Amino acid sequence: MDAILIQFLNGLDKGGAYALIALGLTLVFGTLGVVNFAHGAIFMIGSFVAVAFRQLLTLERVELSETELSPWGTALEIRTPYALEWFGDFGNVLIDYSVPIAVLLAIPVMYLLGVLMERGLIKHFYKRPHAEQILVTFGLAIVLGEVARTFFGANPIPQPMPEAVRGAADIGILFGMAEHAVTYPWWRLIYFVFSLVVIGAVFAFLRFTTFGLVVRAGMSDRETVGLLGININRRFTIVFGLAAVVAGIAGVMYTPLLPPTYSLGMDFLVLSFVVVVVGGMGSLPGAVAAGFLLGILQSFAAMTEVKAIFPGIDQVIIYLVAVVILLVRPRGLFGRKGVMEN
Amino acid sequence: MLTLPKKELIKFVIFAVVVLTMPVWLTPFGASYPGLLQKFAIYGLLAVGFNILFGLTGYLSFGHAAFLGVGSYAAVWSFKLLTMNAIPAVVFAVILSGLFALAIGYLSLRRSGIYFSILTLAFAQMSYNLAYSVLTPITNGETGLQLTLQDPRVLDLAFSEREAGLPIVTLFGIDMAGYGGFYFSAVLLIAGFFIAQKITTSPFGLVLKGIKSNQNRMNYTGVNTRPYTLAAFVISGMYAGLAGGLLAVTDPLAGAERMQWTASGELVLMTILGGVGTMFGPVLGAWIMKYLENIFSAFNENVLHGFFAFLPDNLESVVVLIASKFVGEGWHLTLGLMFVFVVVFLPGGLMEGYRRFVNRFFNGGKAKAEAPDKQTQPAE
Amino acid sequence: MSEEKKGVSRRRVLKTGAAGLVASGVAPMVFTRGAWAQEFRNNPTGAEVTLGFNVPQTGAYADEGADELRAYTLAVKHLNGEGDGGMLNTMQPGSLNGNGILGKKVAFVTGDTQTKSDAARDSARRMIERDGALIITGGSSSGVAVAVQALCQEMGIIFMAGLTHSNDTTGKDKKRCGFRHFFNAYMSGAALAPVLAAEYGTDRQAYHLTADYNWGWTQEESLINSTEAIGWQTTSAVRTPLGAGDFSQYITPVLNSGADVLILNHYGKDMVNSLTQAIQFGLKDRQANGKNIEIVVPLFSRLMAQGAGENIKGILGSTNWNWSLQDAGSQAFVKSFGAEYGFPPSQAAHTCYVQALLYADACERAGTFYPPEVIRALEGHLFDGMGNGPTEYRAEDHQCFKDVLVVRGNENPTSQFDLLEVVQEVPRAQVEYDASIFGGELGPYEVS
Repeated sequence: MDAILIQFLNGLDKGGAYALIALGLTLVFGTLGVVNFAHGAIFMIGSFVAVAFRQLLTLERVELSETELSPWGTALEIRTPYALEWFGDFGNVLIDYSVPIAVLLAIPVMYLLGVLMERGLIKHFYKRPHAEQILVTFGLAIVLGEVARTFFGANPIPQPMPEAVRGAADIGILFGMAEHAVTYPWWRLIYFVFSLVVIGAVFAFLRFTTFGLVVRAGMSDRETVGLLGININRRFTIVFGLAAVVAGIAGVMYTPLLPPTYSLGMDFLVLSFVVVVVGGMGSLPGAVAAGFLLGILQSFAAMTEVKAIFPGIDQVIIYLVAVVILLVRPRGLFGRKGVMEN
Repeated sequence: MLTLPKKELIKFVIFAVVVLTMPVWLTPFGASYPGLLQKFAIYGLLAVGFNILFGLTGYLSFGHAAFLGVGSYAAVWSFKLLTMNAIPAVVFAVILSGLFALAIGYLSLRRSGIYFSILTLAFAQMSYNLAYSVLTPITNGETGLQLTLQDPRVLDLAFSEREAGLPIVTLFGIDMAGYGGFYFSAVLLIAGFFIAQKITTSPFGLVLKGIKSNQNRMNYTGVNTRPYTLAAFVISGMYAGLAGGLLAVTDPLAGAERMQWTASGELVLMTILGGVGTMFGPVLGAWIMKYLENIFSAFNENVLHGFFAFLPDNLESVVVLIASKFVGEGWHLTLGLMFVFVVVFLPGGLMEGYRRFVNRFFNGGKAKAEAPDKQTQPAE
Repeated sequence: MSEEKKGVSRRRVLKTGAAGLVASGVAPMVFTRGAWAQEFRNNPTGAEVTLGFNVPQTGAYADEGADELRAYTLAVKHLNGEGDGGMLNTMQPGSLNGNGILGKKVAFVTGDTQTKSDAARDSARRMIERDGALIITGGSSSGVAVAVQALCQEMGIIFMAGLTHSNDTTGKDKKRCGFRHFFNAYMSGAALAPVLAAEYGTDRQAYHLTADYNWGWTQEESLINSTEAIGWQTTSAVRTPLGAGDFSQYITPVLNSGADVLILNHYGKDMVNSLTQAIQFGLKDRQANGKNIEIVVPLFSRLMAQGAGENIKGILGSTNWNWSLQDAGSQAFVKSFGAEYGFPPSQAAHTCYVQALLYADACERAGTFYPPEVIRALEGHLFDGMGNGPTEYRAEDHQCFKDVLVVRGNENPTSQFDLLEVVQEVPRAQVEYDASIFGGELGPYEVS
């Protein structure tokens, strides 16, 4: 029972992350009609914003010792972090909370990146075939990944979470269970709540603002909205920037769970597409529902008991779900007719 | 049956000559050695086959690498169980990948557009993941399926003694690892090119093109398009299987990575780089990709220093530093940039670039009006 | 169907190949000096001998590959008499004196394995067929090592493996032309078990998470065997997909499984991720069966461990070599590597550097580049002064036998490179095994 409960919890946790990553992708597709293969790369860049911020904070003044030698024969380096020199103890707090602070930093950075991408490249592809959109954004994804590698190397770079939330929470006790029956890492719980908040914020933004109204109108009928004299192009740029922000901050918050590498974007690309397609291309509720569905199924497929019945099920579960859903429900869970079918 | 319209015949002859003389004209490029020549022929064949599906019907399969893998596994098993002769290996590769394509195509073609792409991607990824892990008894997983000294090879051993050391793949006595393997693949590439030409010019090909331009209209006129697309899918899968079989013939090892989605993606990139729907384009794209991969990944700082040695010292180190970001370990960056540029400036691929070039300088721009409808845009 | 191929030997094929080369205007093979003047692929006839360095330059192990390449470049320098000579001065017996190999200056070409068997074989073939590389060496994965080793065997080229830890490389997939200096999963298990017994006791329940491919399986098997031999029990051994990223769904079942040791048979990014996530689930803060839960990472790599940051502190594992070793050979290598690049070398760099020197030394001792003779010179060769103490290249399976390091994640690192502290240098005798247990056959010396 505990085992099933904790696996379910794990599924929710994974699902939140998947939904968050897929959200921007489906938003861009739904409004702009662009298949963005660089979406995973945006997520990756977001995670490297956190890395860069932490590296900036932990920047050290390096002095070469004149007398002492390091064990490998070069002059010994004496390192003093600037942050400690300038801010004292507050510097330590800054470093400790670098990941949450980086979220704030990532919002403008990712927005700017999104706008640049849209203005510089994507807008020329609104009317081009999807195959070309895929190709150009795929090329862009490779470029972004390689640029990240040039600066940060190929190895994963650890991003510790704040000291205060490093352990695991004993959730079971809240429900009157025995000690240690159900424990779960604080950061994963935080990430789950974070993803719900961001998803809620995006929905609220589209539901309750005039801007959102126009965008939703644009999603269902772009031409008419254009005819009404509304500058839809500027709004498209903002939507793309918004999608980049959502993916970027999702990336920042994910770094303590998965030390980022330059290939993170490609790793998440296929997964996020499967989530979007299972949910229905261009459907926001679909992406969220599919995210949770896939997260939970993936979590249960990893159980030894399940693997004993279906060997290797955990290797293919994501794709299997995609195949079954697409064959049974042609447009995914919440897809509209006529999207991306010709 | 073996006839072609005159224009196509000229194309065919040019193509055959170009392919067969590759060992000569590639020498100045440093690409004239068996290992790379074989890859040129094989990936050319793969691209020709992929173009039958993508170029003619507009269905974008993101899982073609799976057939490549199946072909390779079939060929290596034929070496292990039956004989080291290349013919049965290639035949098994085509048959098995054809069956595999039939199954996947039957399911995937129920959907179109990106849903079709995702279905093929999902099938290919499942094949890859399983081949890498639980199917290891059949595929030998990460290490790849290889020949061993204890293989049964029933047909070979019925006629001859087991030799010391691993046997080599042959075609009636011709070693397939060297130039022999290249010519064998080249002949099959030319044959594959011919068949693709026949398909394109046949009524069947016309139906496929009709499906690409407007499937609904085809359906309304009473044509059931599914059997046509399925046939194109299976043929295209068999080409991929043949290519996979040839990979194993020239180098008897079948690895699971051949089935990974990035390998399928590479195939799509090759085709689009060269020009979708054109006859030469996909092959050209495949050659350029393989060549660049080969050349750029071979560069290292020593080579670069030699290359820029004529520059003054300071300038040289700066130039080498910048250049090293784009070659050797950085060659993926060059690849990515190249795709962005090609798609932005030459949406029809290199073949369109060639056409524009010819129009501009030889026809004085007159043929421009004709270009758009000749230009084959990939469908959504 | 198959009679035709009777009598077609590799030798004859080679001749035909040579004839083709003559026809296309390339100089024919000229028979060279000495008693061993043999005709063989890429026989160096000029003033230079070319070595082929096949390392991952792109993909997950690119940083490891870059370090390998640094080591090779350094080795070439030392072989050509440039720099301080490094291990040339400490190698015993040593026949290298800095004037190249057999008087020929050493040159090299490089290739990118991409950590994919196909790409690795492609780049190896390029170096062999086009660039005239006499040997291929390097790499950072067992799948690639086995694939390239098989290619080299077909081509009659010697392969000096880089970082590869699977038992298969010198076990069931061993080849006459292939040599491995790096240790393997069996040796990791044999070296770790006594230390684990001493640290954590003999009454433990182990839970394995294993990367679901050949290397992971051989390590899981070796670790299960060696830990069960000291009295541990295996609760469960769960396979995880390669590159899963988030391993949380595999870690949650560990929590209440009753196991008190988690063994992570992962390498590279998988190891970094699974270890980081296991620590986050509070495994190290919990108890089971009245004992603290412990985590073991059987194959440690310092370069990779950096990615796990603080999380490796106190974790036990094994490694082939570490730069903190105090023997003369290691010191000499660390000094010259540090002077050249400003930081200490990784174990991958060490093994590659040593492999290059061992090959050169074998050529000198054999007095020829002719592969079968060089192979004979390497087989059963005993040497010292290359780190890890006295070492033997065992003739039966081409596996090096030497001391294995059991290490622990450093609690108080003095620098960013000081991540591992050596707990014990497990003597060679303890990690040795019978060459026949993994099966496989080396095959013939002459490629026919």
